[in-house]
This record gives sequence, structure tokens and C-alpha cells, in this order.
Amino acid sequence: MGALRRALARVRSFYQKPPLDADLEAEIAAHLEMAIEENIRRGLTPLEGRRQALIRFGGIDLAKDKQREARGLMKLDILLQDLRYTIRTLSRDRGFTLVAILILALGIGANIAVFSVVNTLLLRPLPFPNSQQLVRIHQKDPEGGDSSMTYSTDAMQAFQQQNRSFQQITGYFAFSGPDNVKLIGNGQPQPITGLSVAGNFLPTLGVTPMLGRNFSTEETLKNSRPVALLSYPFWKRQFDANPAIVGQTINLDGTQTTIVGVLPNTFDFGAVFSPGAKVDLFSPAILDNMEDWGNTMALVGRLKSGITLAQAQAEADSLVPRLLFNNKHVDLGGGYTAQVFGLKDYVSGKLRQSLIVLWCAVGMILLIVCVNLSNLLLARAAARAKEFAMRTALGAGRGRIVRQLLTESLVLSLAGALLGLGMAFAVIAWLAHQGSIALPLLSSLHIDVDALAWTLLIAIVTSLLFGLAPGIKLAGGNLQSAIKDGTMGSGQGRSHDRVRSALVISEIALACVLLVGAGLLLRSFLHVLDVDLGFGPSHAAAISVSYDDSGGVAKRGVILQQILQRVEQIPGVETAGITDSLPMSTNRSFGILPKDHTYRKDEFPATFAYLVTPGYFNAIGMHLVKGRDIRWEDNDKSQGAVIVNETVARFLWPGQDPIGRIAEVAGYEVHVIGVVADVHETSAETNAGWQMYLSQTSPQLGPMGANLVIRTKLPPASLASSVMAVLRQMNPNQPANEFKPIQMLVDHAGSPRRFFVMLVASFAGLGLLLAALGIYGVISYSVTQRTQEIGIRMALGASRSNVVGSVLSRTLRLALIGIAAGAIASLLVSRAIAALLFNTAPTDPVTFAAMVLLIGAVALLAGYIPARRASRINPMVALRNN
Amino acid sequence: MGESKLDLLQGTLDLMVLQTLATIGAQHGYGIARRIEQASGDEVRLNQGTIYASLVRLQQRGWIDAEWGISDNNRKAKFYSITRGGRKQLEKDAAYWQRLSDVMGRVLAMSAEGNL
Repeated sequence: MGALRRALARVRSFYQKPPLDADLEAEIAAHLEMAIEENIRRGLTPLEGRRQALIRFGGIDLAKDKQREARGLMKLDILLQDLRYTIRTLSRDRGFTLVAILILALGIGANIAVFSVVNTLLLRPLPFPNSQQLVRIHQKDPEGGDSSMTYSTDAMQAFQQQNRSFQQITGYFAFSGPDNVKLIGNGQPQPITGLSVAGNFLPTLGVTPMLGRNFSTEETLKNSRPVALLSYPFWKRQFDANPAIVGQTINLDGTQTTIVGVLPNTFDFGAVFSPGAKVDLFSPAILDNMEDWGNTMALVGRLKSGITLAQAQAEADSLVPRLLFNNKHVDLGGGYTAQVFGLKDYVSGKLRQSLIVLWCAVGMILLIVCVNLSNLLLARAAARAKEFAMRTALGAGRGRIVRQLLTESLVLSLAGALLGLGMAFAVIAWLAHQGSIALPLLSSLHIDVDALAWTLLIAIVTSLLFGLAPGIKLAGGNLQSAIKDGTMGSGQGRSHDRVRSALVISEIALACVLLVGAGLLLRSFLHVLDVDLGFGPSHAAAISVSYDDSGGVAKRGVILQQILQRVEQIPGVETAGITDSLPMSTNRSFGILPKDHTYRKDEFPATFAYLVTPGYFNAIGMHLVKGRDIRWEDNDKSQGAVIVNETVARFLWPGQDPIGRIAEVAGYEVHVIGVVADVHETSAETNAGWQMYLSQTSPQLGPMGANLVIRTKLPPASLASSVMAVLRQMNPNQPANEFKPIQMLVDHAGSPRRFFVMLVASFAGLGLLLAALGIYGVISYSVTQRTQEIGIRMALGASRSNVVGSVLSRTLRLALIGIAAGAIASLLVSRAIAALLFNTAPTDPVTFAAMVLLIGAVALLAGYIPARRASRINPMVALRNN
Repeated sequence: MGESKLDLLQGTLDLMVLQTLATIGAQHGYGIARRIEQASGDEVRLNQGTIYASLVRLQQRGWIDAEWGISDNNRKAKFYSITRGGRKQLEKDAAYWQRLSDVMGRVLAMSAEGNL
């Protein structure tokens, strides 16, 4: 009670300051007059009486201050006073203020932006209710790409029924590519992306349609009425966000499909499960129809509450190996394994290390910023030493002066944080729309309350960090020497210089670490670009082709041949070919077994299978090492033709000629007609794996689709319309699919690395710039301080080059110590990021040498400007000027 | 400028002010200051100005009241008087000080014996 009343009284008194001050004033006046009167009564002269009264009273202002402090919010009073003073001094020193705020804004902005990325990808839970229960399940050895990550529908259903750890096991069809559905309406058919998901997929995730309803059980059964759910962006784009669309039908690939609902904007399938992909509409997977399709479903599950990952894994380990591949073919067994991952971990686990590195890099930037500002403030404080000494002499306590300095740095960092927040907003808004970067959850990037809190925290911590050094320095300073130091013109005390040098050295060392880190990542990136992918992505482009062969292989052959002939006649097109799946996009795998041996079923890894037409190898730029290309005639019913990659040839027929060998693929006999160089299927950084190429027109296997690939010297975009015209002639229902340069696929696969390299490199650049600024600041300041000394030296006969040399050698000394410290730190740091490097040693001498040269050169440049100024000092002026 | 010394002084001064007001009734700042000086046999030479911080503090705690009035020699002055709460607080504080000074006396006496 009492405390509350007291607090209220204090707050009240804060707002009633003028009347209360007047009150006190009157009270003190009365006090003094009474004292004087009494003194006079005791026989003193009025003058002496007044003097005695004042002495006894003891400092009117002090008494007033103390009374104010006791009665009100003295702290707030002082804060306001400090703020006013700060704003006055800062606006007087506009250059300094601008530079300081800008530096801070860059440092803090980078930190907020990276924090938002880290927060979205790593810290924040996935955007599903109780997302910690969600898991992703795939097989233990996913060497065979998507096919060996997935399960058959029978296996999925059995898993769902027999397990005891999961509330639900569900899945989605893992093999649908972009633009796989034609939306037929008025005008040209439009390519859209559809995805079939198990009936319980959305409920398992906890996603409820914003409009309408989820699929009913009947709608997931064979021969049911076709239905679809729309994604929010597609609903907005295609149907102008019209709620009346629910219940209507649209024509998809010629099938009237009823729209049963619209999903909420918060659900972005691609962001979580397939970075960079957008899904326009979801349809129920009719599991009965998919039974014989092999491994098709990517599994997602929701754990029962209280069940740990380890428990679920233990159950999966005993249950999953018993699952059957196909209930109708018990003899095939299953041979499944299962690895259960937390969904969050699955989505962003691979990025954890990169993100942490990124976070550390911006942290270092912030440190450099702090060091830089400490330096700037120290220089300023040195120039203001006299001012502070004067204020101390006039009665300001040290605490008060330090508080004033901290207020200054707080104001600076808050202003910097505000500007930085603006920058971060821009960067984040830009990043959120970078669909081409294959990072998960990117589209859900935004600056949230967490980020704002982080901003505030950073601002306060930075202001403390960079405000403290000058504060301590000043508070510990000697009053007399400060007043003297400024007037003597003999340069600053050595200790002051030493602190600033140490700051610059640490700045250089930090910049070194950043540069080495960025350099190593950059080298890795260049090495990745240098990897021989096994195909030539430049000068090639692809478009998904639709045709109607009514399921006939012979008809398919004729159509494809015609398409290729006509496309090759387009001026500019060198060669053309067709494949069902492009490298670095979707893939599927089968097994390939040599005929003349018997092997265990799981002895060989799954093999990526591509169904291609003649000419495809030339079009995509693959190298046929041995044998011949596929021919249109390779459609023998009894024996197919296969081209294997070098890995397969080396493994299955070591030291022998694979041409002419007989093997078995998916239960059919094939003979090997050629060997091609390995192609990196998933990305440049992973091994090629096992690959084989079969004919698009083989009677045994059906293609997953048709991608027309053309090779041209012209920019691919210039051919888009003529290729489309040909395709439309052949098939009026050809949707307006995107004409994609193959390079885009490669870039997409490499985009996370590119993204990180870009960021880390720009941070390193920023760090270097800041370090250069720091060096410049210190050297320039010391030149100013030593103007007289330099003047005397010159008067005594030192030449200009002597002066330049001495300044530069001092710069170089600082730089070398910094580089040495930085190199040692870099060695430690580079070991920590070794896992992120590609074909680059953590001690890569080129990177280290480049770092030393770069920082040395920048330091010299930063030192040269003040050195030149020093050499232009006029001895006469310098000596006369006190 | 040791803060602890200042704190001790503050606490003491507050108590002195309460005691003064309890004994002599309503009084203005100067009167209180003089009274304390006199009562202490001029051993306490306080900076009279500091009494105003003490007064406002006590007032905010509700231990004393203040009112403008006319002094003996017809001067406008602010008169302070102790409240009921103030008397209670005075009792408590006085007892505390008494105990403290007793303890200090005993401790100091003991250390003198210990030296023998």
C-alpha cells in the first residue's frame, strides 16, 4: 500500500514539477530569511548574517536536487535531460551521427534479417497445430532417390492399421511434377500443379479448409466423384477469391471435378515439403487405383501424445520390415525399412549448420560494428575530454557522465535499429518472394514480434557494448590531466591510443575470420559450379509436352517422332529429344540385375530410370562413352534396350565390356546397348548414383511424362513461342507450360548454397568495409593529434616520404597484428565449417593468402589517405597553431 | 561520496525529524533544523538544506503533513506536523535505533575486554 502511494506521489510530482519547484523555492527563501534574521538578532551584520546562513544551509542547488530526487522520478528527469542534451550534441555533430547510425543500421539490419530467417527455419515451430508430433518417415537408405524414399499404398495402409505409436500415418503422391494438370476452360488449356494426397493427409497435419470441407471417405474410393481442394493463392489468382466457387465443377484434363473447398493461406505445401514448389490444387489419392504403381507415397505421420521419436522408431523398426509391397503379390515381400524424423528436423535439419554459420557471421558483423563505434566514440570522447572535465569540475558525478555517454549510445543504436529494421523489412519482403531459392518455409518469412524483441535486445546490447568502453575510459580518467591534455596540443596520452589500436586490431581480426569463412564458402561454390554434371545445362531448355496416344506405344512413337522432326526444323534449334524426367527434378528408380547371376534382392542400390527418345543425349548434352544411342526401333516386345551409366557398368561388369550384356529391369529382359557418363541426379554435390536409360517407346515401361529438350545457341526464351506453336499444331490441347532453361534446374538445386554464399560474402564485404573505416578512423585521428609533432619533424628535415612511410608503417603494424590474430581464429573457425565446404580444405592456402593480401591492401589504402594528409602538413602552420 | 554513509545519514535524519515534530508539534523546515542542532548540543552540524529532501520523503510516506502558514515573526512558511502513521513509525524506528545502539555499545565494550 505504502509503496504504491509513494510511487503515485512520485509520478504525480513528476508531472507537477513547476508548481512543486516554486513551492520549494519559496520554502527555501523563507528558511534563509529566518536564518538571516536570527543571525542579525545574534549581532551579526546583515552581510555576514546572510553569509553564515548560506553556509549553514549548504548548497541551495544541491538541496533542491536532493529534494527533487526524493520527491519525484529523478531518474526519469535525468534521462530526459540526458536525452535532450544527447539530441543537441548529436545534431551538432551531424557527420558523426549519420555515419554511426548508418553503420549500426547495416549491422542491426543484417542481424534482424538473418534472425528472421533463422527464426522461421529453425526456431519457430512448423505452422501446424502441435507440430512437434508430426514426423516424416522414409526408408533408411535413400540412395535410389524418390522411389526408395517412398512406400506403396498397401504398405502405407498396413502401417496405418498396425501401428500403436501414431495417431495417423498418411502420405502424399511423391511423383507429381509441376504443371501436371490441364485446366480446361475458355481459351487455351492452362497448366496447373495438382497433388494427390491421402484422404487423412490434411486432417493429420491439422489443416482445415478455410471454405468448404475436406475430402470425405467416399471421395477417396475407387470410381468416386472427382473432387479437389484449391490452394489459397490459386483460388485468389484463378477465381478472384470468389467463395461461390465451392461446389462448382471445373474441367481438369477433361474430367469434371467438383471443388469442395479452399485451403487457408497459412498452408503452403511446397514451403514445407518441397521447397520452391507451388501446388495449386489437391485431390484425394485413390489408393485402390495406385496399388500396382509401386512405391508412390511419401509418408507423414502424427505421433500419439506422449510417444517419443525413439519409441516410434523402435516400433517402426519391428513393424515396417513386415509390410508387404503389394497385397496381391505376397511373394514379393516388402524389404522396407523406416527412419522416423521429426518433420521440423526433416524440413530444416540439413540447413541447421548453414544457418548457424550465417547467424555467427552476422553476429561478428555486429561485433565489428560495436568495435567501430566504440572507436568513433572514443575519438569523440577524447575530443570532448575537456568538456567532460569541465562538467566534472562543475559538480557532475562520474556516474552522471557515464550515464550521459550511455544515453548517447542508446539513442544512436535505437536510431540505427529503427533504420536497420526498415532495411530488414525490405530484405525479408524480397526474400519471401524468391521462389527460385530452394529453401523451405521461405514464403512464410516475415518480421514478427520475436524479431522486434530481438531488435530491441540487439540495440540495447550494442549500445552497452560500444558505449561502455569510452564511458569506462572517461570515468576512470584523471580530471587534471584531461584538462591539461587537451590544451597542451602534445597529442593524446599513449594509453588512449593503445585502447583504440587494440580495438582496430580486433576489428581486423574479426574481418579476417569473416573473409576466410566467406572465401572458403565461395571457393566451395565455385567448385560446385565446376563440377562436370554429366550434361550441358547451358544452351538447353525444356518444356513439358502433352500428347494423346490413347495408351498405344506405337502411336506414341509416331507422335513423338513427329514432334521432334518439326521442332528440329525450327531455325535455331540444333537438336531435340524427349525424356520423361529431367535431371535434378523428379526421379524414380527401379532395380537392374545382370542376367547371368543370381543376387539377393537388396544387394544393389535402386537405379534411377529415365525413358528417353533418340537424340535426347545430344539435346541435354550427355556424353555417350560407349555403344550407341537409343533408336526408335528399340521397341522389341521380348527384349528391351538399356543404356547404363558408368557407375552401373563399373559395378555390374567390372573390367568387362558391358555392351551386349543381358540384364533384368522391373521383371523384363533388356540388353545393354551403350554406356553414358554419370549424371548428377539430385545436385552437383551428391554422387551420381546408379542410372539407366530406356526407350520412351518401350512396350514394357510407361513414361512418367514427356519433357521436350532442345539445344540451341540462341537464348532459349526467343524460341519459346515457335516451339509452342509446333506443339499446339500437334495437339491443340497442349497447355501453355513454362519453357525452362535447363540451367534453371541446376541453379535451383544449387540455390541454397548460392544463397548462403551470397549472404556470407556480403557480410564479409561489409566487415571489410567496416574494418577499413576503423583503420582509417584511428590513423586519421592519430595524424590529427600528432600534427605538431609531424610539423616539428618536417621542420627538422623529415621528407614527405618519411612522413608517409611512418604513418603507413604504423598502419601496417596494426594490420599485421590483426591479420595474424585473425588467421589463427580463422583456422579454428574454418574447421567448424568444414562440413559445409565442398572440395575445399578448411586450410585452403589460396583463400588464406587472398585474405591476407586483401586485408593488407585495404588497410594500406585506408592508411594512405591520412598519410598523404600528414605529408601535406605545413610545418609553419602546424607549429604556430596551438 | 560513499553512498552507504549517505544512506545512514538519511535514515538518521528522517528519524530526527520525526522525533522533533513529535515533541514540538507543527514546525517549519528552518525550525526543525535549528531544533535538531540545538537538541544534539550542536554536535550535529547538518547542512540545513538536506532537511528538505527528508521532509518530502516523510511526507510522501504519509508520516508527516505539510501546510503553509504564518510563522512567529509573521513570515509565510510551510509547517510540518507528524501524522498517526508517523508516530507509529517513530516508535518502531526509535526502538530499532535504541536496540542498535545498545548492541553497538555491548560489542564495543566486549572488544575492549578482548584486548586485555
